[in-house]
Amino acid sequence: MSITEVLATALLCLGAFFFVAGTVGLLRFPDVYTRLHALTKADNVGLGLVVAGLALQAPSPAVAGKLVLIWLLVVVASATACHLVAQAAMRRGIVPWKR
Amino acid sequence: MMATVNLVMALLLLTTLVAGLWRVLRGPTPADRMLAAQLFGTTAVASLLLLAQASGTAALRDVALVFALLAAVTVVAFVRRAWKGARE
Repeated sequence: MSITEVLATALLCLGAFFFVAGTVGLLRFPDVYTRLHALTKADNVGLGLVVAGLALQAPSPAVAGKLVLIWLLVVVASATACHLVAQAAMRRGIVPWKR
Repeated sequence: MMATVNLVMALLLLTTLVAGLWRVLRGPTPADRMLAAQLFGTTAVASLLLLAQASGTAALRDVALVFALLAAVTVVAFVRRAWKGARE
């Protein structure tokens, strides 16, 4: 295995870890707002690391650029979506979880 | 070698997707179900990109792009249309 492949594998593993953590958070956290928190980590960092790992193996720079663009789209979309969901939940009167 | 790594990662992501179905089942609010669906969207994008690399099918990257777009539209439609009664 070359050094690039080792690096790519490490990034993919780290990204998958964030996805697993995000899913565990989604299952275990107590209310909508805390679940949003878990979700955005998986969305942004998890996908970012997976994309970084794949960009290292990309056949051409154009493909790597496309991967980064897909990631940027997901980041912008998920930030917007999370704001919308949190706002809607607030307006509906869902009280943030307190210990 | 790398193809195997990519395939294993895609499989792992699909496993987390199956685990996330539990939240869709339980709810309790529609927003919780929608959040799970949003996570599914991102997971699907990641696994499609992995599969595109593993199998050498460039078209799958376009599929991932469409998934990302649709996930955004879905959440907006959910908040504006489906989750009604929010307006005072």
